[in-house]
Amino acid sequence: MLTVENLQKSFGGVQATRDVSLAFPAGSLTAIIGPNGAGKTTFFNLISGQIRPDAGRVVFDGEDVVGRSSLEMVRRGMARAFQVASLFPSLTVREALTAAVTAHQRRSWSLLARFPLGQSRARVEELLELLGLGAKAELVSSSLSHGDQKLLDIGLALAMDPKVLLLDEPTAGMGPDERWRMIEKVHHLWQAKSLTMIFIEHDMDIVFKYAQAVHVLKYGAVLAQGTPAEIRRNQDVIDAYLGTDHHLAEGAA
Amino acid sequence: MRAGLMRDLGLGLIGLVLLLALPALFPHPSLRDFLIYVIAYGLLAMSLNLLVGLTGLVSFGHAAYFASGAYVFGLLMQGGAVSIPVAMLAAVGGTALLALVIGAICVRLKEIYFSFITLAFQMFIHSIILTWVDLTGGDQGLRGGIPRPPFLGIDLGDAGTLYAFCAVVFVACLLVMRQVWQSPFGYTLRMIRDNPARANFLGVDVVRMKLGVFVLAGTMASVAGIIMALFVSGAFPEFGFWTTSGEAIFMIMLGGTQVFLGPVIGAFLLQLLNHYVTIWTHHHGLVLGIVILAIVLGLRRGVADYAMAWLADRRAAAAPPATPAKAAAPAETKAAG
Repeated sequence: MLTVENLQKSFGGVQATRDVSLAFPAGSLTAIIGPNGAGKTTFFNLISGQIRPDAGRVVFDGEDVVGRSSLEMVRRGMARAFQVASLFPSLTVREALTAAVTAHQRRSWSLLARFPLGQSRARVEELLELLGLGAKAELVSSSLSHGDQKLLDIGLALAMDPKVLLLDEPTAGMGPDERWRMIEKVHHLWQAKSLTMIFIEHDMDIVFKYAQAVHVLKYGAVLAQGTPAEIRRNQDVIDAYLGTDHHLAEGAA
Repeated sequence: MRAGLMRDLGLGLIGLVLLLALPALFPHPSLRDFLIYVIAYGLLAMSLNLLVGLTGLVSFGHAAYFASGAYVFGLLMQGGAVSIPVAMLAAVGGTALLALVIGAICVRLKEIYFSFITLAFQMFIHSIILTWVDLTGGDQGLRGGIPRPPFLGIDLGDAGTLYAFCAVVFVACLLVMRQVWQSPFGYTLRMIRDNPARANFLGVDVVRMKLGVFVLAGTMASVAGIIMALFVSGAFPEFGFWTTSGEAIFMIMLGGTQVFLGPVIGAFLLQLLNHYVTIWTHHHGLVLGIVILAIVLGLRRGVADYAMAWLADRRAAAAPPATPAKAAAPAETKAAG
């Protein structure tokens, strides 16, 4: 579904992405891990068209998409959610999802009809149901709890009916219980929508339990890639990131 | 949403009847003059609010399109070759083209840079009006009156008919803008206002949408200019001066940005203040400044926005605590009247 080859990006003198080559097969659930400053978010920005790589290829759905704008990437089926939920504060949950679905249906220019369009309704109901936000549909986005804001952010991305969904730390800023509820929901979405999903995550218990494949970045380069079991045994990863005292034996997937 | 449309049409009709009935009930010529000013400037402020309140684009140069409408219309009528409706259409179309060219440059810039470049284009147009004396009459404006030949049995030479015509055009424009406000297009503009970067990641072509609403707002401003030109039977460089844009921004701030009719309420309040304050004192600028400061610092939003938020708070307090509803939100959907 998505392959990157020899991706390079520097900002000034800092090399944020060094010769990264990774593959994300259709329908896979991949975690990207690595210490702060490893270039994880930069990697997302590179593949989603927000910034242009200095060199390398991004092949999405069989086509080289380097140089495509983020708008084109969304329309081709690559959606993303953000580390800090990126919402429309004054719109209600329902309005925001409806506006997003309307944009996806290419009806944003519709001037003569009234909002919401009939053709968006079923899809919005489905999304509310999928996210479990039905009871909060009429609440203003800015009044939602942190966790619900993160969920709505993912919901907006899902409104794009994406082939590939990028999630930048879906559990950031949450307490332990909330984290697990969130990742279970994300996992459920992945199964329900048969998406290709890539998520950045810091919680190793979550990564090792849910990810099918794990890619480890360090200083912008790929340090290791493999199944969760391989990664947790990988000496380089343990030295660089996991640490020797990380209790790796527990909770094997 | 047929119900919403019917309701807006009904409210528009009621508004029109009220506008037509007022001068008939109180047959004082100064009331009619007062109302035409509110109509022309209210329409200008409403059109500006499509940018400010709906899209989050603070244009400082909106009077350029007001002036463009007035001058193109006035010049065509003085030329004597076309009827009033044709001249109106040409003035609106010409202004749309002007807004398209200027907007294509402006909407690519963000925030304060957008504001400054719209101001710059307005000053550019203002200086063209001042210097092209042969065409525009320079600082004297379009003099000699604007002819108002009858068309379709309507004689705008008659003051009462002119007023009724302006009222009908005004309400028609409000209905058009209300439709924009409630359309999928309008809600996409709210996305852009709240978070343009996110809107882009949801497949919204932000630059083109902004350009679309910029042209639309300019077009509506040109109609306001035409009404003004018809009323004063002339066009003057002040129409395109930055103070006219500033006045429209004052009206929006006074009335509110989030309630649909806020800017008209602001226009009404500002004209009312102007009218009474100038009777009492020569220092009316000072008094107006103090009133606006009091509203900005005291209410922290326009009066209509304040009233809607207050109503929503009361409704939330009356409702069971489990449903805080849209208390914190701009209650625009309920603000048709």
